[in-house]
Amino acid sequence: MPEFLFLWTDLLLWLLVLLTVVFIRYAGKRRHLREPWQRVFRSGMAVGAGVVLGAFILIGLLDSIHFRSGDDAANPGEVLSLFDTMVTPLREQQEKSYSAPFATTLYAKEMVTLNDGSTVRIYPRLKYGGAHLTELGEKRRDIFVTTAIGAFQAIVLWLMVVGLLGLWRRKKPGPHWLSMLRSSSDNTNRFPWHVLSWMLLILFMLILISANLSLKYHILGTDKVGEDVFYQALKSIRTGLVLGTLTTLVMLPAAILLGVMAGYFRGWVDDVIQYLYTTLNSIPGVLLIAASVLMLQVYMDNNAADFSSTIERADMRLLFLCIILGVTSWTGLCRMLRGEALKIRELDYVQASQAFGVSSFRIMMRHLVPNVMHIVLITVVLDFSGLVLAEAVLAYINIGVDPSTNSWGNMINSARLEMAREPIVWWSLSAAFVFMFALVLAANLFSDVVRDAFDPRLRGNS
Amino acid sequence: MMAYIIRRLLYAIPILIGVNLITFVLFFTVNTPDDMARMHLGMKRVTPEAIEKWKQERHYDKPLVYNKSTDGFAKLTDTIFAQKSLALFAFRFGSSDNGRDIGHDIRQRMWPSLAIAVPVLVMGMLLYISLALLLVFFRATYVDTWGVVLAVMMMSISSMFYIIGGQFLIGKFLHLVPISGFDTGDAWKFLILPVIIGVVGGIGGATRFYRTLFLEEIHRDYVRSARARGLSEMRVMFVHVLKNAMIPILTGVVAALPLLFMGSLVTESFFGIPGLGSYTIDAINSQDFAIVRAMVFLGSVLYIIGLILTDISYTIVDPRVRLQ
Repeated sequence: MPEFLFLWTDLLLWLLVLLTVVFIRYAGKRRHLREPWQRVFRSGMAVGAGVVLGAFILIGLLDSIHFRSGDDAANPGEVLSLFDTMVTPLREQQEKSYSAPFATTLYAKEMVTLNDGSTVRIYPRLKYGGAHLTELGEKRRDIFVTTAIGAFQAIVLWLMVVGLLGLWRRKKPGPHWLSMLRSSSDNTNRFPWHVLSWMLLILFMLILISANLSLKYHILGTDKVGEDVFYQALKSIRTGLVLGTLTTLVMLPAAILLGVMAGYFRGWVDDVIQYLYTTLNSIPGVLLIAASVLMLQVYMDNNAADFSSTIERADMRLLFLCIILGVTSWTGLCRMLRGEALKIRELDYVQASQAFGVSSFRIMMRHLVPNVMHIVLITVVLDFSGLVLAEAVLAYINIGVDPSTNSWGNMINSARLEMAREPIVWWSLSAAFVFMFALVLAANLFSDVVRDAFDPRLRGNS
Repeated sequence: MMAYIIRRLLYAIPILIGVNLITFVLFFTVNTPDDMARMHLGMKRVTPEAIEKWKQERHYDKPLVYNKSTDGFAKLTDTIFAQKSLALFAFRFGSSDNGRDIGHDIRQRMWPSLAIAVPVLVMGMLLYISLALLLVFFRATYVDTWGVVLAVMMMSISSMFYIIGGQFLIGKFLHLVPISGFDTGDAWKFLILPVIIGVVGGIGGATRFYRTLFLEEIHRDYVRSARARGLSEMRVMFVHVLKNAMIPILTGVVAALPLLFMGSLVTESFFGIPGLGSYTIDAINSQDFAIVRAMVFLGSVLYIIGLILTDISYTIVDPRVRLQ
């Protein structure tokens, strides 16, 4: 029985999932909360982006269940995640050094001793990448066949999923089952099933083809120490998600409480809170992060004994980075909430509650906080992509996540020196680029729709 | 007006004291000067004498806030807090941990930073505003839709890729300009690539932002009356709408003006330009806390100046706003 290991970011991430589930149940019963979300999911753009986001989140969550691989306490073994065990071949097929995507040989020539004792300078064959090939000329055919198998599996899986969805929908009165596949003319008020279907097909294709191919080849090449780049890029998803979501989760309580309090109480409370956020805001964000991370480094170096393993240490640093990013980014939300609370406190129902002698705390909780939630939600969604992008910059300045943590920023940072090589090692950088671009673009498109659906100023237009 | 500015300047003092306190707590109490000395000298096998010597050379050997060993006023002034933190108020930055005069470095290094930041700002503004106006001009057509999609896609690309990709494409692949370095003689050669990348990197976000500003204006009454008077759509857009939308745009730019001195962290260090941005990055990488402290303070001062300038520029461009 493997021993589970709960990292701090794991716990917080699952807490966030729990909160989301609770919120969905809560919002499902209330019409004013349900309607904007229905508007979101009637947009094809949002559903398409949502499928991509969902895939990323699924991988990130699978990567957030950690345990020690060793069976007995004497030999604890390394810390793995559930996702690691699912992609064991990717993790374990380590080459010696760089190799290009789909390569069968190393990137650089090496001296190799042949069986008869003579040495030659050749590109040595990879240990795993394309090792099953006896004749190198067959590579192209082999890749084609493997791709075709993957595509076939994807189509079968897709037909099953879409068929099941279609059967489930048959029970409800609705349009023809073909609307699963094509847009109908009256689709403005319905969930865009056809977008979901086609996006799922693309997704299954990508997953199954790359899964089939990556068993035989390094589809995105290997890095300096021979680790599979595809594996690194997949592992980086969790880091990106943690930074993008936990940062806002960490800062939300302070931002909501202080913002609403400043707007509701006014007077000296307002002055103090305004002073607090103006001061924090006036420190350049990057410098505050740099200063804090530098201090954390010194602290960790001096108290190295407090961390039992490197993964716990790296996790602590990731969490701390979230907190620091949160400290630098709550001020904007706080200011907006203060402005909104200033307006709401003058409304009749708040005035009436005051006249009835309801306590200030209850008024804030029952009347103010629920009515500023749309601003909170828009901010959370809009901030996500910015935070994912910020990680790359922070990694470049060496104040990002721990160098041992897989992240797109670390990949870019180590890859930028490889660009100077001849022929250039382009695959690490490209892999990080593609993954990051996909996540951020999906998040940006999704957040646009969410903002339009929740922003009361825009509601009149639609 | 004058009274307002003076009051705002006075209000800046408690904020700067707050910034000062935060940096002081971060740099001197979370980790004591002993910790920092140990880190600079190498973690292991550091003798207490070496630590003392390191601290003495950099004047970190004083008590933090209260010096019992001296008399009178010196009890408060002969401390790390007074010497290292409060001295920043007089813009006495002192010397960095490796002994260079920070004030001198800053004065020298702010010019290359400006040489990049100002062209990026000016060219960027012109480009972004024209693009945004074009999108609004073609609103509710395919040009607008695809323009916005393109803008969102450009927004989704990390700034690191613009820099690495641009450096690779223009500098290395096409061999048009040197990929990095700086020389005061023909500086433009070294500046052109970072400026282009700076401008291109901002297209997505800025164009979309300005487009929203213009779209908000386009439904106003004055636009309708201008159209009713028979003005061409071109004239309405580029004269009337542009003029009114300039208020939020200008004030936003004014807020950013002082911070131009700080330079761009990543761009400068990537292209080896000796500005304040790369200065900061070098300081962070070599863990030179004296420089980081000075830059934090300088950044806050410039930010507050930016806030005050914003308020003043509001009264100038929008006569409806009165400061009191």
